[in-house]
Amino acid sequence: MTEKIPVTVLTGYLGAGKTTLLNRILTEPHGKKFAVVVNEFGEVGIDNDLVVGADEEVFEMNNGCICCTVRGDLIRIIEGLMRRKGRFDGIIVETTGLADPAPVAQTFFVDQDVAEKTRLDAVITVVDAKWLGERLKDAPEARNQIAFADVIILNKIDLVSADELAAVELQIRAINPYATLHKTERSAVSLDAVLGRNAFDLDRILDIEPDFLEPGHHHHHSAEIGSVAITVPGDINPEKFMPWINEFTQTHGPDILRCKGILSFKNEPKRFVFQGVHMILDGDLQRDWRPDELRQSKMVFIGRKLDRTMIEQAVEATRA
Amino acid sequence: MSTAPHTSLTAHVMPIDIGEHVLRCGFIGQHPVLALADGQVVFVREDGLTRTRPHGDAAILVAHIQHDMVLTGGEDGRVIRSLPDGTASELGNEKGRWIDGLTASATGAMAWSTGKHITARDSKGEIRKREAPSTVQGLAFLPKGYRLAYSHYNGASLWFPNSEANPDSLEWKGSHIDISSSPDGRFVVTSMQENTLHGWRLSDKKDMRMSGYPAKIRSLSWSHDGDWLATSGAEAAVIWPFKDKDGPMGKPPRECGVRPAKITQVAFHPNALVLAIGYEDNCILLCRLTDAAELLVRVPVKGQGSITALAWDKTGKKLVFGSSEGAAGLLTLP
Repeated sequence: MTEKIPVTVLTGYLGAGKTTLLNRILTEPHGKKFAVVVNEFGEVGIDNDLVVGADEEVFEMNNGCICCTVRGDLIRIIEGLMRRKGRFDGIIVETTGLADPAPVAQTFFVDQDVAEKTRLDAVITVVDAKWLGERLKDAPEARNQIAFADVIILNKIDLVSADELAAVELQIRAINPYATLHKTERSAVSLDAVLGRNAFDLDRILDIEPDFLEPGHHHHHSAEIGSVAITVPGDINPEKFMPWINEFTQTHGPDILRCKGILSFKNEPKRFVFQGVHMILDGDLQRDWRPDELRQSKMVFIGRKLDRTMIEQAVEATRA
Repeated sequence: MSTAPHTSLTAHVMPIDIGEHVLRCGFIGQHPVLALADGQVVFVREDGLTRTRPHGDAAILVAHIQHDMVLTGGEDGRVIRSLPDGTASELGNEKGRWIDGLTASATGAMAWSTGKHITARDSKGEIRKREAPSTVQGLAFLPKGYRLAYSHYNGASLWFPNSEANPDSLEWKGSHIDISSSPDGRFVVTSMQENTLHGWRLSDKKDMRMSGYPAKIRSLSWSHDGDWLATSGAEAAVIWPFKDKDGPMGKPPRECGVRPAKITQVAFHPNALVLAIGYEDNCILLCRLTDAAELLVRVPVKGQGSITALAWDKTGKKLVFGSSEGAAGLLTLP
């Protein structure tokens, strides 16, 4: 089997600097070729790279899972792109400012043909330091995109004061304390910060450490997007945990945007890792626990209306 | 044709040196033609191959091969007709938008789509355009009259391009991919994103669901008498009975060519109940429906990809095939 082609998803509200970042990725002297899926032709156009126009059509799957949506146009585009081997090293999907990143991400897990040939590398969200505060008030999409991100590019920091920047950072961290955050002017970020992230690769889940210990500190309404992180000392009973996590993601799938965990199962020398997008869960045994490692279980859920007490109690009940 | 099971026809296969993903193959008269994903149209003659590039450097996304011409749609947004003498003419230009769907009728009408936009071109060259409710996935002309069926999200539509009337809609929730009409025009069948087939009886729009596949069904082929519909997508060719007025409703399908590999292409013989079956491991079998006798056409070869194109000539004496890794060949029945 040949190596799967990595796919980077680029989201961000209108005017945040997405296209600037995209052009930066394409023009850096990295010697790589990309296929770029965009919604508007014209702004991007680099020799050697293939630019494909998309319609951003979101389809529901008839599989009894209401949040299981995919990008139908993307399935077809990837089928077309993958027929010619060695034409490019990666695919970048730029979404419109209003797009929900979930259907794009789910396409890479739900469609067999797409999953066979490509792998989702990471969701990158570009955020405007000056206007984010306003966007969070009037645009639920902006909040979604931050919650969903693996990497956040906090852009246009030259347009705000140090205090304003700190406040924006706090707002981002209240929604998503786990994404890698880069502060930039004109989307200037090194390429390895956005490419080759392996954010959905179970083997690359190393640790779950929030940037802020008390996320959600400034927000107390539970209807908003936030995160719940849980650490359980000692072992978990997989016989209890697996049915619970399946049931929990099935019933609360529409509200859980992302989840991730590293678990210590009783009598299991290897770490169990999982990650998920809405109802789609992916989990496997990973490497051995090292002798110097504290055997404990950590997990994080990012989503809407998450009931911390309920989740804590449920996880507590799965302890071995 | 021999009747003994597993009799081999491999000695009667002439390899064709193709080297690129074969998108579609067919015949112009007695001569095989292959449309390749990298943009080539290859005409095969006794004295060798003629390779043309109707779309320049651009890739071919969709192709339709008929008895007298090859139609291709490319990443360059152009629809081109190529003739065996090497001449090519541009029939459509969608200004850089990918051509997603392409078909032609036996009487010379053609249709293509890009995104939601469909273009129909009748045999005189008259163009009609229409916008679908969502991206068009599959196109197929109905056997009678100038009527086009196209699949999209939540169903399919039947359109008379020369009429001002709105298309007739066939509704079923979900994303419909490929579309095909039975040879008698009584049924329209689509393949769906969820590894199922959906059918409609056109007389009353009655729905038919055909499910149980482990993979998407990307190849459909009707028997010459129209009584059977063979399908890919499983580790056996699944063949649905369409003879009765209810079609396959309440009836189990037949299965043939069971192997531990998924079927990627099926092609019914043009005048016998014999099915050519191509697999994901590039094996090819012929299977006779009447007694399930099997004939081996191609032994799987590691690294040569899956069978992506398979077609009989008009007489049913020759079968051309191609794979995702550029293996190709021509079977001439003894």
